[in-house]
Amino acid sequence: MGAVRFAMIALFAAFFAVPLAATARAEGAADAAIPQDARIEPAAFVDQLRGTNPPATILQVGSSVLYAEAHIPGSQYAGPTGKEDGIKNLASHVDGLPRDKPIVIYCGCCPWTRCPNIGAAYKHLLSMGFTHVKALYLPNNFGDDWVNKGYPVARGN
Amino acid sequence: MRGARCFGVLLLAQALIAAAPAPLSPGMLAPSFARSDLSGHRVDLKAYRGKLVLLDFWASWCAPCIVEIPRLIALQKRYGGVQVIGVSMDDSIAPVQKVTRRFAFNYPVLLGDADFGNLYGGVYGLPVRFLIAPDGRILRIWKGELPPGTLDHAVRAALGRLNR
Repeated sequence: MGAVRFAMIALFAAFFAVPLAATARAEGAADAAIPQDARIEPAAFVDQLRGTNPPATILQVGSSVLYAEAHIPGSQYAGPTGKEDGIKNLASHVDGLPRDKPIVIYCGCCPWTRCPNIGAAYKHLLSMGFTHVKALYLPNNFGDDWVNKGYPVARGN
Repeated sequence: MRGARCFGVLLLAQALIAAAPAPLSPGMLAPSFARSDLSGHRVDLKAYRGKLVLLDFWASWCAPCIVEIPRLIALQKRYGGVQVIGVSMDDSIAPVQKVTRRFAFNYPVLLGDADFGNLYGGVYGLPVRFLIAPDGRILRIWKGELPPGTLDHAVRAALGRLNR
């Protein structure tokens, strides 16, 4: 009887602990993976976009549905990098680029500390040898920190 | 130099052409929709007139959304006058089905898309929730992660007002 109870408790714990552990891994993943000096604030990035030297490669590494709703003009969809298929998608977008090419990645699917994509994308680009990678710092999400600030937006795929 | 200037002009033009969806706010009528849920049943917002509707935009990859799902299931179970409707903004159906299998959903889940997001004023980050009154008007809008009990409290308060 005791063994059955123990097995049931273990099963229950496994059922809930695995997803919770996955959530905990996602939490803070961006903070851990992306140092402060590799982040770019939205206001500074808008200045770059409007300036005479716009970054050559801008990649949205999150959800394609959210990309279709609104994205940064000139950015390409290259996600979702929280998943293996998304990492492959990202790699295929950048594979032919010189490793010193400036790249700006962004997501904004959910709060920065909860984002499953941005940290994974940053780490993968570094592992591919890219030396000039910046991550757009969107603390809340793309809506609050970009669209609602009146920054330029394109829509559709 | 000239190329860069052209790029800037192109960006500006693109931004101007892009028609922004009209933002929604409390007091406005919730946009109507009718779509099939994951089980193939038709979900028509109009059919829920007379009930309080909690519309939950979520995705399988969104940790704050997943945290809220057991609370929404409990809420649907607890209050007869409420209908929860989930709108998944996932890119494909498979990860959504995985989540719905993991939790015993007792409310319908639809697969959303950019059009659906735009219909609701632009869902650019998750989660987003709308509390809709029995007459179809939006009562509350929440964006982002909520402290536990927020939705339950709001639903209870709304039902209390309606039953007065």
